[in-house]
Amino acid sequence: MAITVDSTGDLSPEEQKRLKGDLSRSLRQKKIRAILLVAPLVAFILVTFIFPIGNMLVRSVDNPQVHTYMPNVTEALKSWDGQELPDETIYAALAKDLIEGRKAKTIGKAATRLNYEKSGMRSLITGTARKHKKIVAPYKESLIGIKKKWGDIDTWKIIKKTGSPVTGSFFINAFDMVESPDGEISFAPEKQQIYLKLFWRTVWMSLLITFMTVLLGYPVSFLLASLPMKTANILMILVLLPFWTSLLVRTSSWIALLQTEGILNDLLVWLGVISNEARVQMIYNAIGTVVAMTHILLPFMILPLYSVMKTVPPSYVRAARSLGATNWTAFWRVYVPQTVPGVSAGAILVFILSIGYYITPALVGGESGRFIGNMIAYHMQKSLNWGLAAALGVMLLVMVLAIFALYSRVVGDNKVKLG
Amino acid sequence: MKKTLKLSTALVLGSVVAATAVQAADSITVVSWGGAYTASQRGAYSDPFTAETGITILDSDQAGNGLAGLRAQSEAGNVTWDVLDILEGDSMLACDEGLAVELDYNKDLNAAPDGTSPLDDFIPGSLNGCFVPTIVYSTVIAYNQTAFAGDKPSTIADVFDLKKYPGKRALEKKPDANLEWALIADGVPVGEVYNVLDTPEGVDRAFAKLDTIKDQVVWWEAGSQAVQLLADGEVSIASGYNGRIFDAQVNEKQPFTIIWDGQVFELDGYVIPKGAPNMKAAMDYLRYATDTQRNADQAKYISYGPARSSAAPLVSTHITTGIDMGPHMPTHPDNFKTPVKKDPGFWADNKDDLSERFNAWLAQ
Repeated sequence: MAITVDSTGDLSPEEQKRLKGDLSRSLRQKKIRAILLVAPLVAFILVTFIFPIGNMLVRSVDNPQVHTYMPNVTEALKSWDGQELPDETIYAALAKDLIEGRKAKTIGKAATRLNYEKSGMRSLITGTARKHKKIVAPYKESLIGIKKKWGDIDTWKIIKKTGSPVTGSFFINAFDMVESPDGEISFAPEKQQIYLKLFWRTVWMSLLITFMTVLLGYPVSFLLASLPMKTANILMILVLLPFWTSLLVRTSSWIALLQTEGILNDLLVWLGVISNEARVQMIYNAIGTVVAMTHILLPFMILPLYSVMKTVPPSYVRAARSLGATNWTAFWRVYVPQTVPGVSAGAILVFILSIGYYITPALVGGESGRFIGNMIAYHMQKSLNWGLAAALGVMLLVMVLAIFALYSRVVGDNKVKLG
Repeated sequence: MKKTLKLSTALVLGSVVAATAVQAADSITVVSWGGAYTASQRGAYSDPFTAETGITILDSDQAGNGLAGLRAQSEAGNVTWDVLDILEGDSMLACDEGLAVELDYNKDLNAAPDGTSPLDDFIPGSLNGCFVPTIVYSTVIAYNQTAFAGDKPSTIADVFDLKKYPGKRALEKKPDANLEWALIADGVPVGEVYNVLDTPEGVDRAFAKLDTIKDQVVWWEAGSQAVQLLADGEVSIASGYNGRIFDAQVNEKQPFTIIWDGQVFELDGYVIPKGAPNMKAAMDYLRYATDTQRNADQAKYISYGPARSSAAPLVSTHITTGIDMGPHMPTHPDNFKTPVKKDPGFWADNKDDLSERFNAWLAQ
């Protein structure tokens, strides 16, 4: 179609409008195409990442069991002041919940939840419900007759407290604290504290592992980057081969190497360095975790370092040398600063991977080499206290985000480079 | 919020087990413990069942997280398991929480050959509404004969005697059995163990006793680890499941000896998950596998005592080596002198607290 141009050389208003329309239409089409292209990835991330994290955040405070499965008593307790034992109407509400909950087979869910707050609540609830035939009016008398604990005011305070739909009790637990039936929060006795200790251990051991990978990975990457391509490629395969090997295989090989009856100890005994009775414990403790994880995570340090080092022009170091710098000065003042982005990228990669590790510590860490991830897995699979697992997971997530924020402020985002 | 939770749980946790959901209608998924144990069930129950009915059995080794899986599948509304092998204590929780099918024992199970009803034939009190026990298994102490030249350990107290019986110990990484043994070693009579453990002082006492060997203990988590540690010579004494130790003694000719003193025995058996996809076939399997003859047959493969009293006299010899199984059973009179019956009620109530204390104690 011909474009009509008026005498001044400008497009007529109708033409302008039409062109604009064409332009925006084709832009829109492009946009739709782009959105369609990324849609699978966005959907994937939504389903496998954003959704589970949201689920975890909700679960860490969600508290549906008691108010869903013991609705009558939860409602009745709202007006109770907690000064003395509740009156008959509240006992009657409890009786109704127990009898109905037993029939619907849901009372066990409430009992499980209440047992997290105080041991013995499970058998109190399920045991009373099982004797449902004995629950008769007047309920107060009959319930206390079945189980004495129904005459204990703390029992009622716990039910009232746990009846709220949202709870902070998982976080209180995750911070090694306890809440009394009256709602006072204090630190748990020393011998019951565990999570903060494990968080701290996870952080410092991850830092140590990161440091070890820098220490071991830097010279290797340097060698790889400065050798001729042909030799470097062969060496690169040596780096990648363990990287391609199953994590479990690598971890198990460390067990074979390091255990007290293992190869390394046998060798030391044979060489006479140690006596047969004084074999060194190198596995099932913190040493085992650090050694195995350093080995497993080493490629994550070497690969970014190598790709950054490849881009450093050798002429810079030569220029420094020709201007009179010693070998060391040229390396330290000219070469190293140019590899900092690679070290940063490798360090953050290794650190964040190791802080969430749990298979390797579980296999070779014994007790002193256990990470917080092992406790989260334990609460997911064994104790089934998913609320607590979620609360610990949220704490780990917040910690990683905080460390990352601090890191990018100190180091700067632009200093992180993968190649 | 609840709906979102359900949906996302369905996606996250359900997807793990959903992989097993794709199956033909003529097969059922039976979840058990894996290793030598699943092999014994295959030999005694599953293979003959398939031969008779044509229904294939898909084995899944996820019983270690059975209750967790049951809860996740139920919350997600997508149950994929047909039969679950579970411990008595966990079966009580599953039943109380409405995760397992309630059974009408006299109708759903076969009577003994002499006509004794199931309710009278199974171990008294073990039929708790949803659960059908198949075996009695024991957590016992065993030692490697090569570790002790002269005097060999013979009691639970010896396990805690590092001077007389040096060497590392391998114990299971959970409070169950360990706390009971600590008290027995400290002089508490077997019958009093749970009364003492039910008091704060008793718990302190048990942990204090465990403290005396703590730095010599390697903690294991999977049943096969205990046997491995003992065979490797990493430890001289280990706790373990008696069937696994038997397996190592007989099939691998390991020089292990079981100390039956203070054996902590427990029941293991089946529940049917509520909403099992192939309910009818699952119920058929349950009836078949808990029949007196099958129950006795399992003892040909592994040294766990049958849970039906009518099956006990039918226990014969080991299928490959031909040795007499009787003396290897935890319930054999010679072995059953000082047993501790693991109290499922006590552990259902106190597991959360004691596990937390145990984990904190480990981390110290």
